[in-house]
Amino acid sequence: MTGSPKIPRTAPRKSATFDDITLSEIRRAAATGIYDIRGAGAKRALPHFDDLLFLGASISRYPLEGYRETCRTDVVLGDRFASKPIHLKIPITIAGMSFGSLSAQAKEALGRGASAMGTSTTTGDGGMTEEERGHSELLVYQYLPSRYGMNPDDLRRADAIEVVVGQGAKPGGGGMLLGQKISARVAGMRDLPEGIDQRSACRHPDWTGPDDLEIKIQELREITNWEKPIYVKVGASRPYYDVALAVKSGADVVVLDGMQGGTAATQDVFIEHVGIPILSAIRPAVAALQELDMHRKVQLVVSGGVRNGADVAKCLALGADAVSIGTAALVALGDNDPRWEADYNALGTTAGAYDDWHEGNDPAGITTQNPELAARLDPVAAGQRLANYLAVMTLECQTIARANGKSDVRNLEPEDLVALTIEAAAMARVPLAGTDWIPGPGGR
Amino acid sequence: MSVDTLNHSVLDLGAEPVRAVNRTLQAASGGAFTIRNPNGAHALACGLDAPVDITIAGHVGYYCAGMNKHASVTVEGNAGTGLAENIMSGTVRVTGDASQSAGATGHGGLVVIEGDASARCGISMKGVDIVVGGSVGHMSAFMAQSGTLAVLGDAGEALGDSIYEARLYVRGSVAGLGADCVEKGMRAEHVAELQALLTRAGYGDVDAATFRRYGSARQLYHFKVDNVGAY
Repeated sequence: MTGSPKIPRTAPRKSATFDDITLSEIRRAAATGIYDIRGAGAKRALPHFDDLLFLGASISRYPLEGYRETCRTDVVLGDRFASKPIHLKIPITIAGMSFGSLSAQAKEALGRGASAMGTSTTTGDGGMTEEERGHSELLVYQYLPSRYGMNPDDLRRADAIEVVVGQGAKPGGGGMLLGQKISARVAGMRDLPEGIDQRSACRHPDWTGPDDLEIKIQELREITNWEKPIYVKVGASRPYYDVALAVKSGADVVVLDGMQGGTAATQDVFIEHVGIPILSAIRPAVAALQELDMHRKVQLVVSGGVRNGADVAKCLALGADAVSIGTAALVALGDNDPRWEADYNALGTTAGAYDDWHEGNDPAGITTQNPELAARLDPVAAGQRLANYLAVMTLECQTIARANGKSDVRNLEPEDLVALTIEAAAMARVPLAGTDWIPGPGGR
Repeated sequence: MSVDTLNHSVLDLGAEPVRAVNRTLQAASGGAFTIRNPNGAHALACGLDAPVDITIAGHVGYYCAGMNKHASVTVEGNAGTGLAENIMSGTVRVTGDASQSAGATGHGGLVVIEGDASARCGISMKGVDIVVGGSVGHMSAFMAQSGTLAVLGDAGEALGDSIYEARLYVRGSVAGLGADCVEKGMRAEHVAELQALLTRAGYGDVDAATFRRYGSARQLYHFKVDNVGAY
């Protein structure tokens, strides 16, 4: 006998509820007394496009030859009322991001990459810069609550106008650009003292509700001779009603941004807990358009976590006319690139996780106004990377469309899709894979 | 289009749609126009970009003279929401009252409202000068960034809430000041500045020294948790 046998111990077990992220946030909050502000979109796991699959062709469906048969990708946006609608060569646009939140080099790179592929970029809160106008063949000018830098000359030299009601990262929220990023140039464009924390209003100063919005859109059209397509951008929250009201208000295009869509700076609690995933928002939006007989007449652009050509194809199959990318475009430029790992470590983070975009210390030179950091980004090379990425996404989308027998990527349809999870099936209103079951009212 | 006794070109909204009238006004490089029968039309005389002189004989709807540059627009009546919103330069005058958000986000120029202005007058103003002969409603000069708001009457609740660098002058009572807005001393340079503005607005006979001045305490310029109760 060598004494009592050793009693096996239960392995140390961390709580699924109080996980490491939660614990660290409790400690941070307890130490500082203030909520966490960060950039980017929702990081939690959400029902997303990965939960959908295309069926492809079979005996009952006829595919197109991958390298021989045409599969169109172009799309016209804004031909409901505008005399000069936008013609995009690919159904992927660059989402609104401001000069101020991004460096001038990054804005230039976005313009270069998008223009090389025949698509549009979008201004943000803070007005239009010469870099982005000069390098963007097609530029959408955002009309935001703050109206920073807003003027009729830029309105007229834009190719389209996007009235921003909300964005997916923070439906119902305004903005905050911390003083570190309010350089002399940014302050001048926004008519603010240099170095102060800039707050952006969450509501427009001169209209409230859809009846006012209709008149506001009329004014914008009158100022621009009814030439420019007018987009209305909403964060995904009540997509069926918001899209219907945007159509009623006279929008040419509705932009619908899910909660995975990024922001320059917002409270983490807002990003993670307000709004709905884009997967769940597209079908209600399309239903509203269809019921109003406006599907394909008022174009739907969706965004929020679009990463590759499969995501693009799934958005189009669910009824969108085009998609918009923000975070993915920044990554293509060089955001969160492991080559800057030492710098990320010095900031207490790691490549792939860096989201303190509001602090202006971006090692990649993208979300900064620090001249030395911004100079790290070569706008020509970064623009080429974005163009390459857009080309790949387009090719991927075409590959999927042809496999489903479509000669135009916008001919993809819900019937081409199945879902891997019950949640995704209910949200996207497509059958659970291997069944004919669509959960929820109106399913079959 | 005809010509009236003042040698103005006359545009009649009873006979032409807003689009046609605005197109004519936007194409003009100068001259004087009278617009008859506005009947509360929206977006009238907006987007002008030349030193034209426009008289609107009657009431107008939303966004009259929106984003005005260089033009001089007089409304002989009342104006709806967003009068002269985002005005860049020139002058917009209303002989009656103005609804909400008059002069909102204006970057320059002069807006004169001879009657009262409703809520949010001068909201988010960015350099425009606004003179109100009567009183202004609540939340006027909310987040006002720069420019001057002069009120000959009274101001409603939460005047200058979250104000930046705009200058506010009120002759009558102020129902309440918004977050970070405080009364400041009326020094000689402020009296002179205001007197010049009043004269420019046609109120040269009003003594600027009878006004009180309000502006930013600049305590909310940097987000601090200690200020959280103020937000």
